[in-house]
Amino acid sequence: MTATAQLRVWRGLALRAGKFETYEVPFEPGQSVLDGLRWIRANRDPTLAIRFSCINANACKECMMEIDGDTVYACMERLEPREMTVQPLSNKALVRDLVTEIAPPAERFRKA
Amino acid sequence: MTEVMHVETDVLVIGSGGAGMYAAIEAARSGAQSGAQVLLADRSLIGRGGATVMAQMTVATALGSHVPDHWTYHLHDTLQAGRGLCDEGLSRLLCQEGPDCIRQMDEWGVGWARKDGRIAAAMAPGHDRPRCVYVDFLNTGPAVSKTLRAVVNKTSGIRKACDLLITDLVSHDGEVVGAAALHLTSGAPVTIAAKATVVATGGLTRLYRRNSASANMGGDGYALALRAGAPLIDMEFVQFFPIGHLAPRLIGMDPIMWDPFRYKLGGRLLNGLGEEFTSHYGSREDGAYVLTRDLATYAIVKEIEAGRGSPHGGAYLSFEHCPEAELRAAFGPVIDRLANNAIDLTRMPVEVAPIAHYHMGGVAADARMETEIPGLLVAGEAVGGANGANRLSGNAVTEALVFGRRAGRSAAARVAGMTSQPFRQQAAKAALDVATHDGASNRPNSAEMIRRLQSVMAEDVGPFRTREGLERATTRIDDLAGELGERPFGDGQRFDMRRIDWFDLRNMLLVARVVAQAALRRTESRGAHQREDFPGMLPEWRVNQVVRWHDGHIDLVSAAPAPGLVAAQ
Repeated sequence: MTATAQLRVWRGLALRAGKFETYEVPFEPGQSVLDGLRWIRANRDPTLAIRFSCINANACKECMMEIDGDTVYACMERLEPREMTVQPLSNKALVRDLVTEIAPPAERFRKA
Repeated sequence: MTEVMHVETDVLVIGSGGAGMYAAIEAARSGAQSGAQVLLADRSLIGRGGATVMAQMTVATALGSHVPDHWTYHLHDTLQAGRGLCDEGLSRLLCQEGPDCIRQMDEWGVGWARKDGRIAAAMAPGHDRPRCVYVDFLNTGPAVSKTLRAVVNKTSGIRKACDLLITDLVSHDGEVVGAAALHLTSGAPVTIAAKATVVATGGLTRLYRRNSASANMGGDGYALALRAGAPLIDMEFVQFFPIGHLAPRLIGMDPIMWDPFRYKLGGRLLNGLGEEFTSHYGSREDGAYVLTRDLATYAIVKEIEAGRGSPHGGAYLSFEHCPEAELRAAFGPVIDRLANNAIDLTRMPVEVAPIAHYHMGGVAADARMETEIPGLLVAGEAVGGANGANRLSGNAVTEALVFGRRAGRSAAARVAGMTSQPFRQQAAKAALDVATHDGASNRPNSAEMIRRLQSVMAEDVGPFRTREGLERATTRIDDLAGELGERPFGDGQRFDMRRIDWFDLRNMLLVARVVAQAALRRTESRGAHQREDFPGMLPEWRVNQVVRWHDGHIDLVSAAPAPGLVAAQ
C-alpha cells in the first residue's frame, strides 16, 4: 500500500454554504501541497478553484491559503502523508473554494 | 445570465509581465499632451505571473562598463545564434535600444549587481564577451517585475485590471477595435473598446509537461492574434533550456536556477556514468560555461537515448569541486534554500534535463511593433522574428523591455490621431456568444485534457522530431479539439476553473497544431528545430514559415527572412 496524503479541502461559493471534502492524494516525498491540489484537479475534480501562476517557484506569491490553520503559500508547504486541512484565507473576501480576493483594490477590474 | 460589462480605453495592454508593464508606462507617458489612457489587463495578478518574474538569470545588453562593447557586437552574436532566420530589423532594435532600457531600469532602482561601482556583466554562452547584467541572488526577474510594478503604480493614466481573461480580440472593418473577456472573480462577460491593443502575453511553454514558465503561458496571444487575422512566424522554433532541474524534487526554486550557477561557477555536466560527455558532440566545456542551448540539449538527450542518463532520465550537474566558501560567496542565501531541500552541492550532484523555456516564434511585427492588422500591436516574447531559430541567452528580458517600450510608444501615436472609438458592440457578438454559453455539465476533465496535451507535445513535438511523431501529434491534437467542442465547459459562476481551462485549451490546441504543422513542413534541422529524419541544415530552408488562419484552416507559406548583414552559417 503506497502512502497517501488526505487533503481535507474547503469547497464552496459562500462562507455559510461551504463544506469540507477529503481527497486521497498519492504521496511522494518532496511534493508541495500545491502539487497535491493540482493532482486533485487533474484526477478527481477539475472544478476545484485554486489560484497560482508560477509552479512551486515561490515567485508569483498567488497561492496563499490556510493549511492546518496557518497562512502559507501552498507551493512552499510540504505535502505530508497524513490528514491536512486546507482552507481559503479567512481575512480576505471569498471568491470560490480556495480562491480569495487577494489583489490590492487598485488592481481590481471595475467598470468606471 | 450575468450582465455584460463594457469599458472603454485608448490603449488596451494584454498581459502584465515586463513587456506589458513597460508598454503601459510608455503609452501613458508619451500620448498627446495629456498622455493616453491605458487599461493594463492580466488574467492573473498584475506583474506577478508571466515569464519575467520567473527569470532568475541575466539580461543581455552592450553596456561595455568593464569590457568595451558595442550594440553591433551584440547584434552579430544574436544573428549568429538565430541561424540565418532573424528579422534583422527586430534584432537590431533589441540590441541598439537595450542599453537605454537597462539604464532606465537602473534609474528606476532595479538594483543591477555592481562591480567597482559600475553595472557588472557576466559571460554567457553564445556571447563574445561579458554582456549579461543581473540582480543578486537569482533575483533578476522578481526585481524587474517589482520595479516596473512600482512605476506602473506611480504613472497616471494606467488603470489596472487583474483577473481579466481576454477570450477574443474584436475586429471591425479589418481593424482590431478591442476585446472580449471573462472577469474571473465575478464570472461576468466583459467587452473592452480600445483604439489600440497590445498583445504582451508571452510564450507557449505551458504546452509542454516540463516547463520553466508560469501556468498562464499557454500561447494565448498567438491564438488571439491568429484568429484576428494577423500572421505568425517561426512557430516551429521552441527553445528548450538544457539543464532544467529534474531531481531531487525541490520547492521554492525556479527549475532554471542552475543557469546562474553555471555563469558564476562553471560546474561539470556528467552522464549517468559520471563521465563528461559534451565533447563527444563537438563541444568541449573544460569547466567553463560555453555550450549553447541547442547543442547542450542535443548532447543530453542523446546520452539519455544511449542508456547513459542519470536515474531520473537526465544528466548530472556537479559543483562538488567548488569549495563551500566559493559557493556561499556566489549564492549566499540560495545555499540555505537548497539545504532546506536536502541538497548539499559540495557532496552531491543534482540531476538536470531539457525543459521547455521560450518560444522564438510569434506574431509577425515591424520595428514599430505593429502587426499587419491596424490597431493590433505586440510586445515581448509574443513577437516572432528577433531571435530566429535559436535565442541567445539573456535576450528575453531585453526584448521584453525594448519591445514593450516601442509598442507603448506606437500605440500612443496611433491613439493621438483618432477622435472616436471604432468599437461596435455588434462586432463582439460572436465572442460573447461563446463566453456566455453555459456548457453541458457532463464534460471530460478539463485539467486532465491539459495534461494529455502536455504529454503529446513532450513526446512528439519536443526538441527532436520525426514525421511519424509529428503526424501522430497532429492526430492526437485534433482528437482533443473534438473533445473540447465549440461550447465552453463549466457553470459560468465565479472563478469557474473548467471554463478557464476550456478557453485555455481552445488557444493551446490551436497553437499546438500550428507548432506541429510548421515542424512537419520544415524538412531540415536548424537551431531549436531538430528533425531526426532530416539532420543537417539546408540552404533552401533559410526561410521563415508564415502562418495564417483562413476559415478554420492553418495555412503555411515560406518567405525569405528580412535582409541581414551577417550571412547564414
